Amino acid sequence: MAENTLLRVEDLKLYFRAGKGVVQAVDGVSFTMNPNEAVVIIGESGCGKSSFAKAILRLLPRNVEHYSGKIYLNGVELMEMEEEEYRQKVRWVKMSLVPQAAMNSLNPVLRVGDQVAEPMIVHHGFRKEDALNQAREMFKRVGVPVDFAERYAFELSGGMRQRVAIAMSLVTVPELIVLDEPTSALDLLTQANIMNLLKRIKQEMATSFILITHDIATSSELADRVVVMYAGQIVEVGDSRRFFNAPLHPYSAKLMASVPRLRATIEPEYITGQPPSLINPPTGCRFADRCPMRFEKCDQEPPTFEKEGRLVKCWLHE
Amino acid sequence: MTVEKQLNEATPAVFKKGKDREVLLSIRDLRVWFELRRFGFGHAGYVRAVDGVSLDLHRGETIAVVGESGCGKSSLMKAILGLHKPTEGEIIFDGKNINEVGQAGLNWYRSQVGYVQQDPYGALPPFMSIERILEEPLIINGVSSKQERRDRIMKALEEVKLTPQAEFLPKFPHQISGGQQQRIVIARAMILQPRLIVADEPVSMLDASVRVEILRLMSALQESHDLAVIYITHDLSTVRYFSERIFVMYAGQIIEKAEVDSLLAKQMHPYSEALLAATSDPDADNALTFKQVPPGEPPSLVKPPEGCRFHPRCPYIIEGVCDVKMPPEFEPVPSHYTLCWLHDPEQN
Ligand SMILES: Nc1ncnc2c1ncn2[C@@H]1O[C@H](COP(=O)(O)OP(=O)(O)OP(=O)(O)O)[C@@H](O)[C@H]1O
Ligand SMILES: Nc1ncnc2c1ncn2[C@@H]1O[C@H](COP(=O)(O)OP(=O)(O)OP(=O)(O)O)[C@@H](O)[C@H]1O
Ligand code: SF4
Ligand code: SF4
Ligand SMILES: [Mg+2]
Ligand SMILES: [Mg+2]
Repeated sequence: MAENTLLRVEDLKLYFRAGKGVVQAVDGVSFTMNPNEAVVIIGESGCGKSSFAKAILRLLPRNVEHYSGKIYLNGVELMEMEEEEYRQKVRWVKMSLVPQAAMNSLNPVLRVGDQVAEPMIVHHGFRKEDALNQAREMFKRVGVPVDFAERYAFELSGGMRQRVAIAMSLVTVPELIVLDEPTSALDLLTQANIMNLLKRIKQEMATSFILITHDIATSSELADRVVVMYAGQIVEVGDSRRFFNAPLHPYSAKLMASVPRLRATIEPEYITGQPPSLINPPTGCRFADRCPMRFEKCDQEPPTFEKEGRLVKCWLHE
Repeated sequence: MTVEKQLNEATPAVFKKGKDREVLLSIRDLRVWFELRRFGFGHAGYVRAVDGVSLDLHRGETIAVVGESGCGKSSLMKAILGLHKPTEGEIIFDGKNINEVGQAGLNWYRSQVGYVQQDPYGALPPFMSIERILEEPLIINGVSSKQERRDRIMKALEEVKLTPQAEFLPKFPHQISGGQQQRIVIARAMILQPRLIVADEPVSMLDASVRVEILRLMSALQESHDLAVIYITHDLSTVRYFSERIFVMYAGQIIEKAEVDSLLAKQMHPYSEALLAATSDPDADNALTFKQVPPGEPPSLVKPPEGCRFHPRCPYIIEGVCDVKMPPEFEPVPSHYTLCWLHDPEQN
């Protein structure tokens, strides 16, 4: 493994039991990321983005049918680790999550300052007073007025609550923060503020980010690299410059073509059809039913090909 | 029938743009204020959700209303739909003042205006089949023949491209995708053959690709039925493809209105300028720079700032003017209006 790899995920699978069968939400995902890198994961609703976030943080619901693969953080394997050790050494300490709709899941009966201080008391054994001071520092950093620490979540605007959720994920100074749709419920100007904030944190604190979103335009505000997921799998990985200029996978190309643009007059186009069910996904290429480039070979599952440092799971790039 | 109307009907292509036609909906100085009560104190002021809005919508015209959360977009629409009684001002539809039409007139008016809600998941009753959902407005509006109701449901489903219809009729909302649910919401809004559709953030909960699909569907229906549409959104990047004019709302007021191309080319109001600057197109260069965002948040609508409501956040504030006097509407270029002192011809 390259020395400067921060995170390496190998053949990660997370399946859920559901009424009609087993949902293969994350189905053999592998990728690596470097320190101080921002990787964005994009893809349509239901393609497994949030499940992937849960899988790498080992935050699993009860109805898990299957969970396997390898996750290395700084070379240390996490899947085999005892939960107690994982909780003490990894989750919220080295790696934290801002879950989807975090701003709506703050504790309503705790002052937000206490909520931000809590991980430090629990995970770092801080005294309450020190933890609160640290929380106030973090509030300053994320642009929440310090006296807001005394308030309850319902007394704050959506944007302020999202900043509090980000402060909470930052307060233990983790190396990697996973943000699941951090701006999708927010207003335009608030969104721009939050993206500015993430950029600044990345510069000042050398933090790495995994940003999960279906908003492709906003994803380009932070991305060093882009990961495209489709039907539980990664279909393309590439540096953001080449990706946004010319994506390789036919699905990525269609996805990019669906983005309306303010500063160009190309008409956006939609992708016909729907993603396949994750209960019995097709055996060949999962995008085949919607792919304009489909040919005979596509009835078999394509492997992931490497092309000038980019990865693409499509027979066209064999 | 006016001459203009006859002309329109004879040669629709010539007057394709709605703004050259007669006015369908006219709103005059509308105010929607909500009384604020504090426990134990009674009256504690008003939330001025809509505070002096005027607009004209022409037959077959599509306009977009954009603005941030809480600026009063939904309150304005609910007043237009007759769901909120205006505190002040008039709403005139097809020449009739809807505050004076009585119950029968109101029922007629409601059949003329279709409503597409923001959240398809909340908009459809979960325990009703698609058939029942679409049949209900017909029953309420006195379509008594079962056969006619059936025909109209089949036609509505065909129009929103949910075919074969028989496959969808018995389904429940949770058995179809979000995009299909939103098409049902649109079919329901269309089923009484309205002349105006109010679409409150109709695609904001959907994936990019499904958004495009739904907006294209609405465009096609708008053209084939000669519908007027009010499209409420906070996503400026979709506006170009879907509307002729754009109205920017801030703190209960419309602070800029213009044809879409004119506004995208030049924003007269600093708030509109900030909104456009904050909107990203996918581009790797975005990660290299920070965005310019005006400081602060939208003001309280209980005690809005004196003068221009944007002045506490405005980088171009003219001290002693902007913070004192509310700007009137200026028209710096033809058909492009703004509430901003920067465009006062007497100052320049
Ligand atoms: N706890 C669960 N039990 C059963 N199925 C689940 C569970 N969580 C997610 N799924 C299913 O797994 C698939 C992937 O869901 P996931 O939430 O990871 O998608 P997503 O890409 O995050 O979508 P979105 O963009 O809508 O948030 C979906 O089909 C979803 O219904
Ligand atoms: N029934 C009500 N009673 C009291 N205040 C209300 C009521 N409805 C809306 N408001 C207030 O009026 C203001 C405008 O709300 P409105 O829902 O019209 O905004 P909006 O522009 O539609 O926002 P969003 O983008 O979040 O939907 C807000 O401050 C809101 O809290
Ligand atoms: S493998 Fe075939 S079907 Fe799949 S994306 Fe590539 S060309 Fe299309
Ligand atoms: S009126 Fe003055 S404060 Fe208001 S937007 Fe214009 S320049 Fe800014
Ligand atoms: Mg998700
Ligand atoms: Mg609203």
